[in-house]
Amino acid sequence: MKAIVNISLKNGVLDSQGKAVHHALGSLHFSGVDDVRVGKQIILKLDETDATKAKENVTNMCEELLANTVIEDYEIEIVS
Amino acid sequence: MKVTILQFPGTNCEYDTAHAFESLGTTIELLWHKAKNISQDTDLLVIAGGFSYGDYLRSGAIARFSPVMKAVGDYAKKGGKILGICNGFQVLTEAGLLPGALKRNENLHFISKHHHLKVINNDNVFLEKLNKNDIVNIPIAHHDGNFYIDANNLKELERNNQILLKYCDKNGNINNPNGSVDSIAGICNKEKNIFGLMPHPERAMETLLGSDDGIKMLQGFLQA
Repeated sequence: MKAIVNISLKNGVLDSQGKAVHHALGSLHFSGVDDVRVGKQIILKLDETDATKAKENVTNMCEELLANTVIEDYEIEIVS
Repeated sequence: MKVTILQFPGTNCEYDTAHAFESLGTTIELLWHKAKNISQDTDLLVIAGGFSYGDYLRSGAIARFSPVMKAVGDYAKKGGKILGICNGFQVLTEAGLLPGALKRNENLHFISKHHHLKVINNDNVFLEKLNKNDIVNIPIAHHDGNFYIDANNLKELERNNQILLKYCDKNGNINNPNGSVDSIAGICNKEKNIFGLMPHPERAMETLLGSDDGIKMLQGFLQA
């Protein structure tokens, strides 16, 4: 079983990298981009075969280490 | 006086910090992160600057799980004095010993230069030898020094006089190099025995090297 964790800065926390990328896209004449957010993706290979348990386990990992919940949000996708 | 300085893999300011405190007549113990105890006779525990664990995942995020950090937590609970400089500040926020978090600098650059700082509160053991509104010239050298805290917790910091230093220019006008909320450069915990700051006072010990304002700051840390 695989877990895909997407981590991004919370809404309201300024994403300087997203802003810089947005600006660069503009400089390259890519139009129609309203907003850019830069985050990170962590892919975990798990022994667990029960999706509910896997999600619970990965949620704990996010709370304790993978994300800093003061500034970041996370989303977990379990893929079998 | 004895100062104990923690070393994680990737810490690189421990010898500068040791040299600076030694020049003020203190005894130094360098403590590897695998240690399980902090010497009883420690007067000040310092988490020095650098790039613990290569700043992987987030600055300070992995160091927090080193064996020594449990002893650091116990030491803090007993009221022991802890100073976190730069990466040490990041480790303390990641460990939840100080509120807030340190984000990438707003301009995305690594900033390395002398910067002036203003003393905002001195009713704590760390800055009581300085006066409110004193201005010191101290080097900064960081990529992730952009202090973030939400509005409610910022009010809490203000109410408890936990904001100790802000970035300013040489005349004391607020001047923010990295995007920090409220231009904050250093804060302490509510109990005022843990102090974290991004600037490096241990690098301001010689006028020949630009400033010796670090001397009076470090002397203050050794008082009380």
